[in-house]
Amino acid sequence: MNTNEHEHVIEVTDLRRVYGGGFEAVRGISFSVDRGEVFALLGTNGAGKTSTVELLEGLARPAGGNVRVLGHDPYAERDVVRPRTGVMLQEGGFPSELTVAETARMWAGCVSGAMPQAEALERVGLGRRAGVRVKQLSGGERRRLDLALALLGRPEVLFLDEPTTGLDAEGRRETWELVRELRDAGTTVLLTTHYLEEAENLADRLAILHEGRIAAAGTPAQVTAAQPSRISFELPEGYFVGDLPPLDDMGVCEHEVDGRAVRLRTRELQRTATRLLVWADTARVELRRLDVRSASLEEAFLGIAREAAQAAGTKEYAA
Amino acid sequence: MSTAVVTTPVGRMTALARAELTLLGRSKGTLFAALFVPLVMPVSVREAAKGMDLAEAGLSLGTVVLPASIGFSLLYAVYTTLVSVYTGRREELVLKRLRTGELKDTEILTGAALPAVATGLAQCLVLAVGCTVLLDLGAPRAPHLAVLGLLLGIVLCASLAAVTASFTRTVESAQVTTLPVTFISMLCSGMFFPLEVLPDRVASVCELLPLTPVITLIRGGWTGELSAYEVIGPVVTGLAWAVLGVLAVRRWFRWEPRH
Repeated sequence: MNTNEHEHVIEVTDLRRVYGGGFEAVRGISFSVDRGEVFALLGTNGAGKTSTVELLEGLARPAGGNVRVLGHDPYAERDVVRPRTGVMLQEGGFPSELTVAETARMWAGCVSGAMPQAEALERVGLGRRAGVRVKQLSGGERRRLDLALALLGRPEVLFLDEPTTGLDAEGRRETWELVRELRDAGTTVLLTTHYLEEAENLADRLAILHEGRIAAAGTPAQVTAAQPSRISFELPEGYFVGDLPPLDDMGVCEHEVDGRAVRLRTRELQRTATRLLVWADTARVELRRLDVRSASLEEAFLGIAREAAQAAGTKEYAA
Repeated sequence: MSTAVVTTPVGRMTALARAELTLLGRSKGTLFAALFVPLVMPVSVREAAKGMDLAEAGLSLGTVVLPASIGFSLLYAVYTTLVSVYTGRREELVLKRLRTGELKDTEILTGAALPAVATGLAQCLVLAVGCTVLLDLGAPRAPHLAVLGLLLGIVLCASLAAVTASFTRTVESAQVTTLPVTFISMLCSGMFFPLEVLPDRVASVCELLPLTPVITLIRGGWTGELSAYEVIGPVVTGLAWAVLGVLAVRRWFRWEPRH
């Protein structure tokens, strides 16, 4: 079954998670991840990323819906699933008085098919810190130790919950490089992040979670393409939005005015930009602070959060 | 991947126990309590026992001091140590991390307990030899009872430790949360005073405490004076506590710190 390239390694259907107090953290989400794919779950804090990943890791039983990892229920059939998965928790610890090497040795004794411990430490750049106690490691080094242990059993599926939080720019790039190498070697990676740049750089596909639901999903390009592009500028004294050519005619789908600052959203960036600039040139108007940009993942993310907030009747994300 | 070595429960627990043994060696406070206290306490029991009329109760200095000493060892080397271990690992999020792997919950609790249990067993051996030599104690007349008592004691102390750890917030507060079990056991389970020298009504209540059957069986193992019928009571009480303890752990043990 390992030969099928399009096999769904992770399959999630209508997944729900409810906490003891009745809080519904995951409200019916569905997605699937193929073998050798890097899939990112994006979202603000409290969007339900960790709650979802914990269900995939088999650490808790879902309140509803279905999870399949490598074709099995990760909670009920943990004996079959665990030897084939590697997990890096958002917050997971190691005894502070053990050294890096002792920690790796302990974990190596607990995972099937472990690679040499030195190799795992080398891969995350901790090779030279093997004799150091965990309590003396920096936050970033602890993160990398956690990653080394997740890799130790050569997992087919790797769950990384915010793998680069606390890492500096260089450490982050090294981790990305490592994740790409693993992906190229056939490992399926599911990661959560709140760094949009990370998802854009690393993920083959992603889902944006908002309040326990999937607000958008697809490749980074698809998610971005679904969002309008943006033009912002300031009108000079004495000019108003009404002085512009008819917005519909320019292809503008949405606009905001804040004093003299104008923000236009369009799905036809070239047409809107051309009409605007031709108008400005003809009217001899200088558009200050002109900024024309096609949708980025960040725009998409903020747009989704804003839409969701508007739908919920709040202004929380409007800024 | 094809040549993967599959782990076994024993292999996993050994790996964990090895790490815990290293940690025990590095935790000076825990090490002191586990090693020193149980070897010093017998001296104070000996002084107390000298003032009791033991012969009338069919006891000797040796059959009072040795079971008490083994009790101290179980309480300090096993129970108190394990409360610190379980609490400390939980607060450092180690338990949470361990649960993401192939280790099962029982394996985590057992593996982490092994070094403390081994320490306790080694102490019991030293104490038994010491009492035999120094207090003129003969060989045990019913060793199977002593072994049964010791095994029960270890299971009980480990599960009591896990339950105690569930409501212990930090390793420091373990010094307080372990006091009830420790003191009640020392005073009422036949360690400082053999139940034989207590009033009957008090003694029959004390018989129901968790560590009383352990002490009774160990003492009986040496005196050989427990009839088959007299063995039933302590065995049933001890097993009941062990089952209760295991159920309580499954119900209440916390694997993550409170938020």
